[in-house]
Amino acid sequence: MNWDWSVIVEYYPRLLDGVWLTLELVFFSGLLGLMLAVPLALMRASHNRWLRMLPFSYIFFFRGTPLLVQIFLIYYGASQFEWIRESSLWPILREPYWCAIIAFTLNTAAYSAELIRGAIQSIPKGELEAADAFGMSRALKIRRIVLPRAFGTVLPAYGNELILMLKSSSLASTITLLDITGAARAVIARTYTPLEIFAAAGVLYLIIAAIMIGAFRLLELRLNRHQHYKMPAEVTAVDPRLKD
Amino acid sequence: MELLGFGDLLLSGAWITVKLALTSLVFGLIFGLLGAAGKLSRFWPARALATFYTTLIRGIPELLLVLIIYFGGSAILMAIAEQFGYTDYIEISAFAAGVAALSIAFGAYSTEVFRGAIQAIPKGQWESAQALGMTPLKTFFRIILPQVWRLALPGLGNLFQVLLKDTALVSVVGLNDLMRQADVATASTKQPFTFYMTAALIYLALTVLATAMTTWMERRADPAARRADA
Repeated sequence: MNWDWSVIVEYYPRLLDGVWLTLELVFFSGLLGLMLAVPLALMRASHNRWLRMLPFSYIFFFRGTPLLVQIFLIYYGASQFEWIRESSLWPILREPYWCAIIAFTLNTAAYSAELIRGAIQSIPKGELEAADAFGMSRALKIRRIVLPRAFGTVLPAYGNELILMLKSSSLASTITLLDITGAARAVIARTYTPLEIFAAAGVLYLIIAAIMIGAFRLLELRLNRHQHYKMPAEVTAVDPRLKD
Repeated sequence: MELLGFGDLLLSGAWITVKLALTSLVFGLIFGLLGAAGKLSRFWPARALATFYTTLIRGIPELLLVLIIYFGGSAILMAIAEQFGYTDYIEISAFAAGVAALSIAFGAYSTEVFRGAIQAIPKGQWESAQALGMTPLKTFFRIILPQVWRLALPGLGNLFQVLLKDTALVSVVGLNDLMRQADVATASTKQPFTFYMTAALIYLALTVLATAMTTWMERRADPAARRADA
């Protein structure tokens, strides 16, 4: 086996183009997914039984089936219906790019909704009662207390979810998109050097994942800074028990 | 709905999916235990190797892993065989490549689950086993492992769900699993929604079944919980 560095060097620009598409897919579907997940999570954490049941089947379906099936259902499946092909949505559903975004958004929203629900339910009851005692309306309470608290708690888990989504985004290559994996497959079809190019693609994913992990660490430090608060030395000098 | 005569095909694909998932589970558990042993080892190269394994595998997409093993695996195997004087072409079957990729991925994630479970067992148990004259290996198999099983089950159950869904990726390299048979049915009937939805529902049934099995096993493994509601 001959390891050929020159193909990596020669085709690196192609893979870097793929990096942009991968980042675009992860960013847009992450953002849209979060926007969808927050109301779903609030519904799932609601005290009304019917409201709580409403998103259940959606979440159940998207968490219980492979993402690949979901992508194919949207990209290929939509074309089965005459009325979709004649509707104004068709220009969007015809494009693999938008189908990938739709599938990733729906998929990540289902997973994140459950994460956020867990975070909402772990907020100490006293804080919500304190908000009530201040006479906050429900909307204000959600905006000022519930969501900021939940975001702090959910952050590490959400960081993991985004990494998983980065990895899932490679499935976009199955519907002809040239993301990192797609670009790698296209290059390999021409050069037939699978090991070199796939390894290069793997390294790119690792770098992106490492950057994402670092960014989430920083965000976590910032959002949960109350947990890392250090008493000033003058205070701990008087009472050492306040050190922790 | 008899699915235009493609029902049998989908079921045969589902059977391959189940076989692939279970085979990968067995190898994945072995990789996970080896990885955890490496991470908890006193020998630093073993720790470094295990950390390298989990960091690398958890950072790259499973699809890429399947592609690397399927397309790159034969090149590697042939290079190794050449050292022994075997020069014919070696091809890896899609099933073998799938098992390799999925069990390596499962192993990387389950390494962490096993490590956490092993560390959760009080150190005193190792010490009392040592006091009874057991070797570390014997202690591990007689004392630690039976308890690790109970602690690790919930985590392993979640990972098995992921594994079951990831089997669909192996269809990309041509394994005749459920996903691939849905492609085949779609190609000849031009009814993609019908067949991908059927495939989705079969996957859903499989994951529900897997959840039920794990819940049952968790109860079996935890005598206290069983007694509580008996």
